[in-house]
Amino acid sequence: MALITVSSPHTTKKGNHTGAFMRQVIYATAPGLAALTWLFGYGTLLNVCFAVLVAVGCEALFLRARGRDVSFYLSDFSAVVTALLLALAMPPTSPWWLILIGTAFAIIIAKQLYGGLGMNPFNPAMVGYVLLLISFPVEMTRWIAPHEAPALSDSIQIFLGQTNVDAFSGATPLDTMRTWAGNAEQLSNQPILHGAFAGEGWEWVNAAFLLGGLYLMWRRIITWHIPAGVLAGLTAIALPFWLFDSVRFADPLFHLFSGAAMLGAFFIATDPVSAATSRNGRLIFGALIGVLVWVIRTFGGYPDAMAFAVLLMNLAAPTIDYYTQPRTYGHKAAHRGASK
Amino acid sequence: MNAPLRNSRKIFDFHGGIHPPENKTQSSGQPIRSVSLPEELVLPLNMHIGAPAKPIVNVGDQVLKGQKIADANGMVSVPVHAPTSGTVVAIGPHPIQHPSGLDAPCIIIKPDGEERWTALHPITDWHKCSPSVLITRIREAGIAGMGGAGFPTAVKMSLKEGTKIQQLLLNAVECEPYITADDRLMRERADEIVRGIKILQYLVKPAETLVGIEDNKPYAIEAMRGAAQGTDIQIVVVPTKYPSGGEKQLIQLLTGKEVPSGGIPAQIGVVCQNIGSALAMHRAIEFGEPLISRITTVTGDALSNPGNIEVLLGTPVKHLLNESGVKENRLGRVVMGGPMMGFTLHTTNIPVVKTTNCIIAASTNELPEPAPEQPCIRCGSCAEVCPADLLPQQLYWYSKTSDLERAQQYNLMDCIECGACAYVCPSNIPLVQYYRFAKGEVRTQVAEQQKADNARLRFEARQARLEKEAAEKDARRKARLAASKQKAAGVAAPSVDVKALKAASLEASSAYKAAVKELKAAQADDANNVAELSAKVDALKAKADSAKAAVRDANSGAAAPAAPSVDLKALKSASLEASSAYKAAVKAVKAAEQNGDDNVAELRAQADSLKAKADTAKAAVRDANAGTAPATVAAADPVAELKKAVGEASSAYKAAVKAAKEAEESGAEDAAALRSQADQLKATADTLKAQLRDAKDAAPAATAPAPTSAPAAAPEKDHTAERAAKMKALKTSYNMLNKMLKDSNAALERAEREGSDNLDAQRARVEDVKRQADAARNELNDLVDQAKAGIRASGSDLKTMKLEAARTESALRKKMKELDEMKKSADEERINVLYQERDLLKREADIAANALKSALEEQGLTE
Ligand code: SF4
Ligand code: SF4
Repeated sequence: MALITVSSPHTTKKGNHTGAFMRQVIYATAPGLAALTWLFGYGTLLNVCFAVLVAVGCEALFLRARGRDVSFYLSDFSAVVTALLLALAMPPTSPWWLILIGTAFAIIIAKQLYGGLGMNPFNPAMVGYVLLLISFPVEMTRWIAPHEAPALSDSIQIFLGQTNVDAFSGATPLDTMRTWAGNAEQLSNQPILHGAFAGEGWEWVNAAFLLGGLYLMWRRIITWHIPAGVLAGLTAIALPFWLFDSVRFADPLFHLFSGAAMLGAFFIATDPVSAATSRNGRLIFGALIGVLVWVIRTFGGYPDAMAFAVLLMNLAAPTIDYYTQPRTYGHKAAHRGASK
Repeated sequence: MNAPLRNSRKIFDFHGGIHPPENKTQSSGQPIRSVSLPEELVLPLNMHIGAPAKPIVNVGDQVLKGQKIADANGMVSVPVHAPTSGTVVAIGPHPIQHPSGLDAPCIIIKPDGEERWTALHPITDWHKCSPSVLITRIREAGIAGMGGAGFPTAVKMSLKEGTKIQQLLLNAVECEPYITADDRLMRERADEIVRGIKILQYLVKPAETLVGIEDNKPYAIEAMRGAAQGTDIQIVVVPTKYPSGGEKQLIQLLTGKEVPSGGIPAQIGVVCQNIGSALAMHRAIEFGEPLISRITTVTGDALSNPGNIEVLLGTPVKHLLNESGVKENRLGRVVMGGPMMGFTLHTTNIPVVKTTNCIIAASTNELPEPAPEQPCIRCGSCAEVCPADLLPQQLYWYSKTSDLERAQQYNLMDCIECGACAYVCPSNIPLVQYYRFAKGEVRTQVAEQQKADNARLRFEARQARLEKEAAEKDARRKARLAASKQKAAGVAAPSVDVKALKAASLEASSAYKAAVKELKAAQADDANNVAELSAKVDALKAKADSAKAAVRDANSGAAAPAAPSVDLKALKSASLEASSAYKAAVKAVKAAEQNGDDNVAELRAQADSLKAKADTAKAAVRDANAGTAPATVAAADPVAELKKAVGEASSAYKAAVKAAKEAEESGAEDAAALRSQADQLKATADTLKAQLRDAKDAAPAATAPAPTSAPAAAPEKDHTAERAAKMKALKTSYNMLNKMLKDSNAALERAEREGSDNLDAQRARVEDVKRQADAARNELNDLVDQAKAGIRASGSDLKTMKLEAARTESALRKKMKELDEMKKSADEERINVLYQERDLLKREADIAANALKSALEEQGLTE
């Protein structure tokens, strides 16, 4: 009778493994994906499918090259999540090669070359995104006007790069805001800025991601700290400026429900690997992302800012962690930074 | 059911915690039962935390139930008793309840089935006994914490004097899944538990007594509430959450206080005991029964008949499983303890011990093989549940990379190994295993450091002691020499010796001070060599005192004839030293009083004695000052004067010779004159020398009756010293004569070869020298014989020195032999210790040998 001899604990939480966590994240993006598809057509869906294929392919290739058990590591679904988040952030007008470059870069350079899951200091999806944004600014900022979704066949044509996309493209609320900031008359004349409660169409996309995010919190996949931090940070800085000059500065609600705000707050900034890990650290991490998003949106050269903000804060995460250790039981105070 | 679960008290919360499936109903339903006697009872000598007990029975001995078979070994240790009557069939290594799976010494008893008890001595009126009597009884009954850790209960109950206990906590939380032993115990024996708690109350005198029970044990709560009716024992219901039953967590739950990191609950006025221990205390005191059995939950999927069993300690797990209907083919893993913190057994031969609260015979379905470890995704789930509020993911990272320093910075050592983090980790990382490993590494590091430190301290202390001893001996010898010299020659020049003595004394007192410092440090660290160190300190103090006394004696013995100012100076500095020591002591007393240290009284006594010393030192200075005035230069002494004259004359002669030579070389015309002057001077010197010799011969006779101011050393000692001096002189003159003989022989030969005409004169000269040399030789021999006889007669000093040398020699040889033997056993730690011991002995032997040699030399007895 060979008895198993292992270290305690001898039991672990059922159905609690990394793969399951990641699958929950995937499920939680469903409302957002649906909203994007409803507003902008099948482009995003195509992007997602293709990105996932590329990501899994690259991951498998590199796992094999690194001599790892391919199917075991693929089952953590982390590559799928990376691809999904990247594709959700990209314009629905993206051609396949754009997706290919971004996803491959995210998986190979930003993740596997750093040692795979758990070792990457930066959010891989955002690394891919920023690479594309810098290299292909035109393709990356070409969105479709809401509710003017191209038909499936058109979407496929766009995806394959066989149609002139310009026929479909239109400005996003953030673009519009940037263009007309300070011009009260123009601002009031832009229907895209006046949706149900925020930018036209985008408020629903963001609401959908908010819904998915709340689901993740409910399932305890993520804690409230980072999303709350991001939203609070964004609001906290947008509110006073808007009160100060509502013509030049957009209102907080607009910011919260525009661009990748909710996607970023609930799905991207919460990537545990590259975020801060202590409770207070996460709050700070999130809040600073929120502030950076507003700063870059308002004063920067790019229409949206989530990717930059997240990457910048990824850089700061280890430091934040270092200064926000919790006070351990039986200790008078927490270790702070380099003290001791 | 809801009403009794409500509390009247505020319950605090602790961070984190988890809710694993409870799995308690399998075993909680049936009453406690017992099982048949096993073939053999295996009693590990180490069922508790601390030093293993020492067996006091032999193989073949008949033992009675409850008879002590192994005695506690040191403070943190408890005895072992025979759980039933029978025969000791073996004492030796056997697999035991240790996660390492290593064998350890056990006493194995074959029961005779008669269950004959040894005589028991109940203490019925325990509230009339002093707590120390009861604590001794608890210790003698072999009671060690029955909740899991197994810390000797008596040690926990022996509170430091003056400790005020606010809360006595009884841990009946039983938060681990599967375990229901305490639950059943409370349901069935609540009265007895309460009686045990009353004893505990008597011992620690708490302001309040709280029994913490998780709300998933409604029957137990009811039973305990019933039993506690009319007492001041409060039953407090805590919400079910793992690990509420951890001592630190329970304290936080019930009192809101936290045990300081690295501290013990008593520091915050809390004593925490398991209810099983309380019951055992009740049995030990009111029935006189030692701890020989306990309630163990035997459960798991692989058993058809799980439940709670009252098990005799030493019963092999296998026997319990067989009695509970184990299905061998289903058995996948056997856990001793709960599923969260227990450990797997590699064999079911392992006996049940005092800490065994549960045995889980799990099927592979129930507790499957752990899933493969995935990378940490830093999700932070672990940090969410950690009851110690650590960052397990960081600890994991640093443990994995063996970055122990960082791991400790993240408070690795505060991890209670509860396993909550590993339970929730989505990546199936066996986090606790990593922490255990890292903690082990840290402990090894610390232990090594400690060992090195201890060895160094021991070595240094020893070294200092030996040096001081040697210096002291030297000082004593010099003092004697000085005293006798002074007496013999009537010449007072003790200042050098006094100086040496003073140096020795200073050295001794600085060694003493260093030792005191070391002792204090050790006390602060609670090191276990405090007793040793304090003994050392005492020894050094005695030595320093005696050295000081020697200085004083020498000073007063010198009676300040030659250089009283130096002595006065010495006295003054001694006095200053004494008073500053006194001041320091006073300060120490004050500090100690402020800190509430318990050695205040001791320190104060020390300070008092220092003050007395300082006073005497001051008085001595006063006396010396008074004595200085009349102490003028001693009466002119012919020998000394002659010596001086001889010295002057011979140096004048030397100068003259030199001048003459120079003059000759430079062809000066007064060379001849100079030469004759030199010759004259030489003649003067020679006469003076002759006079001196005569005077010296006369001196002993002259000085012996002359009373000197020195409180003399014993007369025969003077004699010895005198003889020694004489011997020395004789030796030198003999050597000189020998040389002269050789020279004149050579001159004679040359003369013979050259056919010189004064051959006869030369020959006569040779003869003369030869005669002189022989005479010197004879005299020397006589003296040596005398000295030897003298030593034989009186010779305490040499004899003890010889003995000491011989003793250290043989000790060294013995140690070396031991070391050689130990080398075979490859017990590295022991070998290292032996090496150190050997080195120390070697040094000691060397010192003894040297001392002997120098003593012999001093007596002029070498070869
Ligand atoms: S729970 Fe596991 S995977 Fe998550 S942070 Fe902790 S160690 Fe890493
Ligand atoms: S095992 Fe240690 S690190 Fe893990 S939860 Fe328990 S106390 Fe915290």
